Amino acid sequence: MLDLLLVHPVSANDWISFDIPSLIQNFWSATFDGLTFGAIYGLIAVGYTLVYGVLNLINFAHSEVFIVGAYAVVLVLSALGFGPSVPNLPLSSIILDLVLALILAMLASAATAFVLERVAYRPLRKRNAPRLVFLITAIGASFAIQYTIFLVRGANAEPAVTMFQAQPVFDVFGTIINSQQIIIVIAAVILMILTDQFIRRTRAGRGIRAVAQDPDTATLMGVNKERIIIITFVVGGILAGAAALFYVMLVPSGVQYNGGFVLGVKAFAAAVLGGIGNVRGALLGGLLLGIIGNYGQILLGDSQWTDVVAFVILVLVLLVKPTGILGTSLGRSRA
Amino acid sequence: MLKKKVLTSLAIAAAAGLLMSGCANQGSTGTSTSASKIDIPAITTIQTPANAVLPAGDGKAKCAAGLTLGYIGAETGANAQLGINIYDGVQLALDQHNKANPGCQVGFKKFDTEGDPTKATGPVTQAVNEADIVGVVGLPFSGESKATGNILEQKGLVHITPSATNPGLTTNGWTTFFRGLGNDAVQGPAAAKFVTGKLQAKKVYLVQDDSDYGIGLAATTSKALGSALIGTDKVTTGQKDFSAVISKIINAKPDAVYYSGYYAEGAPFDQQLVTKGYTGTFVAPDGVKDDQFIKLAGNASANAYFTCPCIPGELIPTFESAYKTAFNLEPGTYSIEGYDAATILLSGIDAGKTTRADLLAWVKSYDKDGLSKHYKWDSTGELQAPTVYGYKVENGKIVPIGTIG
Repeated sequence: MLDLLLVHPVSANDWISFDIPSLIQNFWSATFDGLTFGAIYGLIAVGYTLVYGVLNLINFAHSEVFIVGAYAVVLVLSALGFGPSVPNLPLSSIILDLVLALILAMLASAATAFVLERVAYRPLRKRNAPRLVFLITAIGASFAIQYTIFLVRGANAEPAVTMFQAQPVFDVFGTIINSQQIIIVIAAVILMILTDQFIRRTRAGRGIRAVAQDPDTATLMGVNKERIIIITFVVGGILAGAAALFYVMLVPSGVQYNGGFVLGVKAFAAAVLGGIGNVRGALLGGLLLGIIGNYGQILLGDSQWTDVVAFVILVLVLLVKPTGILGTSLGRSRA
Repeated sequence: MLKKKVLTSLAIAAAAGLLMSGCANQGSTGTSTSASKIDIPAITTIQTPANAVLPAGDGKAKCAAGLTLGYIGAETGANAQLGINIYDGVQLALDQHNKANPGCQVGFKKFDTEGDPTKATGPVTQAVNEADIVGVVGLPFSGESKATGNILEQKGLVHITPSATNPGLTTNGWTTFFRGLGNDAVQGPAAAKFVTGKLQAKKVYLVQDDSDYGIGLAATTSKALGSALIGTDKVTTGQKDFSAVISKIINAKPDAVYYSGYYAEGAPFDQQLVTKGYTGTFVAPDGVKDDQFIKLAGNASANAYFTCPCIPGELIPTFESAYKTAFNLEPGTYSIEGYDAATILLSGIDAGKTTRADLLAWVKSYDKDGLSKHYKWDSTGELQAPTVYGYKVENGKIVPIGTIG
């Protein structure tokens, strides 16, 4: 056992080695960086989790709902004069511009999710198509949106838009935390609390829970199922739009026609890890996935391990608890 | 619902405002590396060989009508610009040759591969079956060269690649393949020497991607770096979040980071490095040396240097002005390599080598200066004395800083 813990800082010969000093040295930065990206996974994961909770459908095209929002952020900010350089604008106008970009990104993503539901899923539902057909349609819709963007915007990533200079804010155990990280994590948590409250307290939220629990009975009780489904897609879209703004804040040049795919897979995994159908689980799953991936890659020595570690942990968790960490479906979530 | 979202936006705005203003005057206490900035000035001229062979020759060449040179490579596709840079160089050489030599008019045919190894077989087969083609400039990329070298070999058609750098290409036993520039086994050691020498980096961190190109180049570079190499990491194609890699780099405090890969990952990587307070230099090979890098990395790109086995054609005045007149553009990366390759084939035709076999023998024993460098190949088709140039980013443009190996 002790042999396993032997330290190989940089080893070219061993297939696998554990670099524990490096993990200790980078522990806090790995944690905070993981939380930051994890918050973005979590926001996207809500879209998967809500739709799954209500329709038992894995909406594979949700990654494209996200990337449309990211394009909206880039296009709006470039139109407002943002570019690769740090903008030379007063703080108040930067904030105004970012809020405008946020709202437009939310609108763009929500609209995409709405159209997707209307065009790709609703006609199938009317015809009582089998579950598999929905899944295939979702994959098809994902490709259709991706390559439409490819045809319009081309293969290259969009030029960078830098929103503001990340400033160091405070120092935790020798690790600098910057303003970007704080903004992203706090905003994501606020958005998640609002979403959770929306589902728990509002009339529409009650409808979502009712349809998730038993669509037929909900309809009998006077819930407009079609309306609830639309609301579900739109809420997922709005959060994806918010995630898009934070993503561009972290990765100013990350907007590319196929750029949503990997994030989408990670976010879906986050939803499953936290317990699919569970909004709180989505955030928890996202944060955990972000942190675990970071610890794993530092422990194992290179970044190519990130996904291996993240997905092995996912499988292990599901083996122990098949419903995910927080379990429970949307219908039975604490009302 | 809508009200809630508006509230949310306001909350975010308020939080953002507090954060950004609250810390605006703290300065950059997050810097953790202490490399002093080395400034290597851009060069504005390069040494051109005095007796360089030019396409025009002596103007008295006589040859049969109908002889043709081919270009096989990308004309369309994602990486088309590289192909266009090259065949414009070839076109210029041909125009100058045909204008100066009324007695020898050589034709030009282009075959489009889209730069894609899976699509290259068709155009290459078509080219080798056209009997009037005696020599080829191409193929530009390593992947397509690997896929089609056998076809050209079987038909004995000599071809000079102006840009494919994978070292493995000359280990296939092909006798018709010639590389008109240094390969990555040359670039790696040159890069290592540049980083530890001219850039005076004592500690270098090397990050590679998962492509054949990135892995191969990283292997030769890290070997040459020796004890200056203090750490390595590996990233994947399409990766966008480099935070864990960067945290390790910041802790290791290197003077330079060498990124062995392409610009699509190199640019966000460099940008995130700088955002996290890295103040050393960022060095990358020809796969990153592209204007796209500057577009994607933004201001962060100011810390970047490049190594490239390509010669800055824009600094050869006669070539630059002729190219600009002909195409209304500055010469691009690899334009001069295309021009020189065509010149070698044309000078063979002028010397009466008008069959494929004769022209192949001509290239094999070639030992003369071109505009960009001296051309003499070893038995495998590698140049005997290739040059590697350094480049840097200055005012949002990539400019050459001289030879580095």
